[in-house]
Amino acid sequence: MSEIEEIRKLVAERLTKGDAKGTTIDGVVALCKSSDGIAPYVFQKGDDLSGLEISPKYPVMTLVSKLHKMFPTIRLGVVARGCDERAYIEMAKRNQIDPDRLYILGFACTAEDAQTCHCLAPYPKQLVVGTPPAPGPINPLVEKYDAMSLGERRAFWKQQFNKCIKCYGCRNICPECFCEACAMEDMAWVEPGLLAPPFPTFHMIRAMHMASRCIACRECENTCPAHIPLTVLYDLMRRDITTLLGYTPGADIAAKPPLSVNLDEAPLRVGAGH
Amino acid sequence: MEYKNTLTTCIYCGAGCSMYIETIDGQITGVWPSKTHTISQGRLCIKGWNVTEFVNSPDRLKTPLIRKGDQFVEASWDEALTLIADKLNAIKQESGPDSIGLLTSAKCTNEENYLMNKLSRAVIGTNNIDHCARL
Repeated sequence: MSEIEEIRKLVAERLTKGDAKGTTIDGVVALCKSSDGIAPYVFQKGDDLSGLEISPKYPVMTLVSKLHKMFPTIRLGVVARGCDERAYIEMAKRNQIDPDRLYILGFACTAEDAQTCHCLAPYPKQLVVGTPPAPGPINPLVEKYDAMSLGERRAFWKQQFNKCIKCYGCRNICPECFCEACAMEDMAWVEPGLLAPPFPTFHMIRAMHMASRCIACRECENTCPAHIPLTVLYDLMRRDITTLLGYTPGADIAAKPPLSVNLDEAPLRVGAGH
Repeated sequence: MEYKNTLTTCIYCGAGCSMYIETIDGQITGVWPSKTHTISQGRLCIKGWNVTEFVNSPDRLKTPLIRKGDQFVEASWDEALTLIADKLNAIKQESGPDSIGLLTSAKCTNEENYLMNKLSRAVIGTNNIDHCARL
């Protein structure tokens, strides 16, 4: 049985029999193929599952969060990749989803996905279907960036951020961007009506807010119409958070995010990093 | 709960980016870029991301308005279209078909623009037709 057939069978089972404990599941969030293409969908009991798909990837946890907030008793399942599970972990810590009302059906990404995403963990911890592929390589642009001088780095970002058309797509698609009031829309920081947006404030606001949140799903870069290599920025931020604060976003649901606790609990590692 | 994603094309320009309008129980709840669409490939501009904003806007015009004196008065489509046809006919009779010009839009579909061409050249009888980008 192929990976996708196995997933369809398991989803059908969960919808009729409930989760592992037998608790009813009202719907399973996954992707659905139709003549209109492939889009997120909530499969419910009795639905035809032959259209259930797992690719191309969409940030499905955003939909889970929306449904959990709209329907306070709804119990869901989600067909999840490694990055979806990492998103789930960081969302749960910030009350964006209710882990008690979510069943995760994890599947492994393909080796090709891992390569193109430069993904270091291309499978969820709660792996149900598939075999974990080897992790992808480190983004070659990050290595290139590391070799640059400070002046070259500034010039690099200046050139990249100048391409920005301020679509806010990076923020909109991000499963970890859920502030009710967004600083990127605050006129004190970002004057409306100007292109390119203020350098480097506009992109740095988001980068700072994503520290200890970014789970490296790559959605921001994939949706950027200006082809800005945003994952370089977020890979560097993730590396700093891990090196300086010992925290890896999306790795452990019990670990407290360092920016949400006081420094007594998570001291900076003086002298570590670069 | 009824969950639906409806594929549609952005109305704001001629590029033809595609997106899904997400509805839950018949209410619009969001926009997903279409990753499988050839044109936009999962990318949108700020207009596309906010394409649903006007749908439930209190400022949205839902009927044609006819100016009567110094006021705009709500009218039916039949009423408005009949008025437009009568006025265009009167102008054509008085000053000829070339006294009329038609401006189309990049927001229209190719087919709608084709129909505007028909209306202009075959019905009214003028080549005075252009698009909004040359206004």
